[in-house]
Amino acid sequence: MSAVRTTAVLESQAYSFWYGPTQALHEVSCAIPPNAITALIGPSGCGKTTFLRSVNRLHDLTPGARHEGDILLDEGSIFAPGTDVVALRRRIGMVFQRPNPFPKPVYDNVAYGPRLNALAPARELPDRVERALRQAALWDEVSDRLREPGTALSGGQQQRLCIARALANEPEVLLMDEPCSALDPIATQRIEELLVELKKTYTIVIVTHNMQQAARVSDYTGFFYVGRLVEFGVTQQVFTRPTDERTEAYITGRFG
Amino acid sequence: MTSPLLGRDRSDRIYRQVLTGFALALPLLIVIILGVLFTNAWPAVKRFGASFLVTSTWDPVSEVYGAAPMIFGTLASSLLALLIAVPLALSVAIFLTEFAPRRLRQPVAFLVELLAAIPSVVYGMWGIFVLIPFLRSYVVPPLKAVFGWTPFLQGVFYGNSLLAGGVILAIMIVPYIAAVSREVLLAVPTSQREAALAMGATRWEAVRSAVLPYGRAGLIGAIILGLGRALGETMAVTMVIGNRHDISVSLLQPAYTMAAAIANEFSEATTATYQSALMEVGLILFVLTVAVNAIARILIWRVARGAAVGSRAL
Repeated sequence: MSAVRTTAVLESQAYSFWYGPTQALHEVSCAIPPNAITALIGPSGCGKTTFLRSVNRLHDLTPGARHEGDILLDEGSIFAPGTDVVALRRRIGMVFQRPNPFPKPVYDNVAYGPRLNALAPARELPDRVERALRQAALWDEVSDRLREPGTALSGGQQQRLCIARALANEPEVLLMDEPCSALDPIATQRIEELLVELKKTYTIVIVTHNMQQAARVSDYTGFFYVGRLVEFGVTQQVFTRPTDERTEAYITGRFG
Repeated sequence: MTSPLLGRDRSDRIYRQVLTGFALALPLLIVIILGVLFTNAWPAVKRFGASFLVTSTWDPVSEVYGAAPMIFGTLASSLLALLIAVPLALSVAIFLTEFAPRRLRQPVAFLVELLAAIPSVVYGMWGIFVLIPFLRSYVVPPLKAVFGWTPFLQGVFYGNSLLAGGVILAIMIVPYIAAVSREVLLAVPTSQREAALAMGATRWEAVRSAVLPYGRAGLIGAIILGLGRALGETMAVTMVIGNRHDISVSLLQPAYTMAAAIANEFSEATTATYQSALMEVGLILFVLTVAVNAIARILIWRVARGAAVGSRAL
């Protein structure tokens, strides 16, 4: 593993995870560099999403889930006793595979986090909503439709709305679980452009099934295979000179 | 070669026609009931007009009928029941879908729904022998001590009363509201909960700000469905509400409901006008409950459909 050890915001240390008796992750270790896009690739069921959801502790509610090892955010364990999960999730935003806007107005969708976490005084809320929508490249399309339900937007717009909703919390890390899998190519392209823009301010981890997408947008790539992080490194290197033959087999399309 | 095919085609057609006939029989039944009620109530409608709805005299001897107290009693006891049952039933549904340990969920849901299987008359008996003494000893005195000055708690509590009727009704409709609410909450996609949690909501905040709003129309539907049950419920209420043809806003006073009046008086309705007046009461109750149930169904149906539309848009 040719990990790039810069100042990592997020670091996984021999992290293993079980759903009941089934082990889904085996000692995953990696350091995810800040202000970069890290793509997690691998065949279905290889543990990418499980790892992603571990990072903001969404598995807390999964019955029978347990883990070993550790995940560090800014060098502090996210599993340390007394960790405020709510505060953790505020620092680590998440965008899901399928757009899941609330059936509320566009404005309220974006204002959800700041209101919930009392991040901004009420009079600053409109600015914050506008900023998040602009960051998500959605403002121009919805600025006159802020009162319409978020669920009335198109699929691609809904996903950008979900990104805006996550950004409104001003997180440090943005986790994205196949954010484009439910979208058409044009909407996908918009989101990819957006990601490249967003990495200036955020650390982004994106799970994707789309190898071209990983190659196009990411700076670092991790390849998961049957619950193990087989390879992790600079994207260009992973795609051109993979050190593990399974990685090579996967990226050249011999399985997956 | 062709005859077996033709034969099958024909049997298909007959099968379809028979099924269509049976299926149409049910809506037809409703129309017939409405027709019979309306024809039989017509003499009373003609004779008393609107005064039937707003006056309070119910005098079979001089043949003057005004159903206002029954209409009032029906609405008041049902609203009181909702006031008590809704927080209880929603708590049960939220607990069972969001917070209960997994192995508790099915058994508790089953027990709550079992409440709906208890015969109405048993509730009535329990009301007379357990609920009313309990209300008299432990509920009414503290209520009177605190809210005794309000018009709702005037007079002496003898037992049979609007309060007893409302509480019995509340217990009877809790299982319906809880069961439907639970279904509605289960239909809220996990992605909505996760969206809220991932934004830094606590579990309760996720329920309050994401799950409940998503299911709002269905929850209102569940409540209105409960209201429909309460409006038409007869036996248990008849046994504890006191059956006094009078309007009093005090919960401690006896009252009357339309269903109770029909059950109590139909056997003694000897004159044509008396019968017709009771028929009109039945007609009012019928229209009221059908309307309430229709509204409830539409709301619940819209949630189910709304969820489908939401997922189709993805």
